[in-house]
Amino acid sequence: MKKSDQKKYWKTNLKYLTVLLTIWFIVSYGCGIIFVDELNTIRMGGFKLGFWFAQQGSIYVFTILIFVYIRLMNKLDKKYNLDS
Amino acid sequence: MDLQTWIWLLVGITFALYIGIAIWSRAGSTKEFYVAGGGVSPLANGLATAADWMSAASFISMAGLISFNGYDGSVYLMGWTGGYVLLALLLAPYLRKFGKFTVPDFIGDRYYSNVARTVAVFCALLVSFTYVAGQMRGVGLVFSRFLEVDINTGVIIGMIIVLFYAVLGGMKGITYTQVAQYCVLIFAFMVPAIFISIQITGNPIPQLGFGGQDANGIYLLDKLDGLHRDLGFAEYTSGSKSKLDVFFITAALMVGTAGLPHVIVRFFTVKKVSDARKSAGWALLFIMILYTTAPAIAVFARTNMIETVNNQEYKNMPDWFTTWEETGLLSFNDKNNDGKIQYLADTSKNELIIDKDIMVLANPEIAGLPNWVIALVAAGALAAALSTAAGLLLVISASVSHDLIKKMIKPDISEKGELVAARLSAVVAVCVAGYFGINPPDFVAATVALAFGLAAASFFPAIILGIFTKKMNKEGAISGMIIGILMMLFYMLKFKFDWFGGGTKEDWWFGISPEGFGTVAMIINFIVSIVISKFTPDPPKEVQEIVANIRIPSGAGEATH
Repeated sequence: MKKSDQKKYWKTNLKYLTVLLTIWFIVSYGCGIIFVDELNTIRMGGFKLGFWFAQQGSIYVFTILIFVYIRLMNKLDKKYNLDS
Repeated sequence: MDLQTWIWLLVGITFALYIGIAIWSRAGSTKEFYVAGGGVSPLANGLATAADWMSAASFISMAGLISFNGYDGSVYLMGWTGGYVLLALLLAPYLRKFGKFTVPDFIGDRYYSNVARTVAVFCALLVSFTYVAGQMRGVGLVFSRFLEVDINTGVIIGMIIVLFYAVLGGMKGITYTQVAQYCVLIFAFMVPAIFISIQITGNPIPQLGFGGQDANGIYLLDKLDGLHRDLGFAEYTSGSKSKLDVFFITAALMVGTAGLPHVIVRFFTVKKVSDARKSAGWALLFIMILYTTAPAIAVFARTNMIETVNNQEYKNMPDWFTTWEETGLLSFNDKNNDGKIQYLADTSKNELIIDKDIMVLANPEIAGLPNWVIALVAAGALAAALSTAAGLLLVISASVSHDLIKKMIKPDISEKGELVAARLSAVVAVCVAGYFGINPPDFVAATVALAFGLAAASFFPAIILGIFTKKMNKEGAISGMIIGILMMLFYMLKFKFDWFGGGTKEDWWFGISPEGFGTVAMIINFIVSIVISKFTPDPPKEVQEIVANIRIPSGAGEATH
């Protein structure tokens, strides 16, 4: 693998990481902790929304984030022929 | 069939299964012993990681903790799952590419220093021993309550089982028993939850059920908030911890999870880098099933419990009440002599003391579920405790036989000799764990929090900086790890054990509890490492090349010495 390709590959990876970890931070620390009181004024059936994020929503999003990362990286590996 | 027969039957069948798997998957080489030969499929590894990770604390204690703390219990839910995102994105793929057997292996090689390796071994042993003692205690608790044997006999039976498959099979045996244990524990956790969800809300999915309505059309969470207000507790959905503390505790648990050696080593057992990512995804999916059900169980159990006992005649209490009273985990003191139970937040008037740990175990009895469901919960709790204990014992034995003996004391040891050493250290580790299970130090609960704090304060920054910066050198990493651990130890000893003058809640720095201090110690570790590395020589060229190399997934090859 060429040095320049290595750099590009790593840069794209870092870009994915930044985006996914930002979402990770928002759903847990943002919706579940910092803005929990504001979100609790909104209701979703029997749940207050902030409470739901803290005890349910954040966990679902975490799982989805990992699977999105797996997909993105598998595609990226393929693009640079690193999927052997 | 009566309850005792059901329990012996289910526990017997599951134990026979674990032993059968152990005999089938004996380890023949060090590679099989440390990393199961390196060819585990991502799905199997995901199942094994989930069982490895979910301990007696997740199975027995967590729903109870949430049940008593309401919103504040969210720190465990987010903390113990969010760490997997960090693992999958920031650690697992690169550590797999690096291709070694243990976490101290990575630290020692990346920081080209046996001092770094020794610090890492010390942390790995400290974290794992504090953790494993709690597991053996959980095994003893389940045996004494459900199988009516002495708690010490229970611990010894558990020790023999773990000894059998961990010593014989190493990582290979552990991996496949953990797969079986996950199936047992998740089934045991879900069946009562589904039953109770249908009973209370008519919805078979507990995750939706606890947001649903009871028979009178009142939302369950509103009802519970109301009950809490009436009894003087903080509202269930609001909690009482400060926002800052909730933030720091969640972060410490997340980062601690990502830094726990027994979780990290599971990612060394797969064939290639993309499999390490996939394993993390599967693991969190399997963990998610239990972790999103736990808060539902917490709400059902809390509502059921308050409605069954509060303001009811003591003499009309159901059988389970007396059985748990005998264990001492439930106690009633009729302060106003009216023959009724008053359950209140005000400790001077409250007449009922309930240990958090009984909520999950007693839940099926409180809800009046059939005997086989109660027996299933006992088998599930044992599966959770044993699977985690085995994973931890492997880390301990690998730290001794591989990191200490092979890498430092006697590098010319033969493959066979190392395998013998690994097995012997596993035996010693089981005995030490059993000793602590029988004579639990008073501080088990406190030290489990310490284990997370330590992992967060030591391993996490060293590994992250080792992967994401080429210039991080041994001077920076070692001083960061040492200062991180010392800060964490100091804070825990001061506020949990009253050393260094002790202190109360008011004296906490910035209002951060010892449980949340791991986050502070981690940040300090990062800062110290970066600052020191700026003033000391860059790492050698070869090391910088290793870093460039672990960022590229192809050619991961096989895990080697």
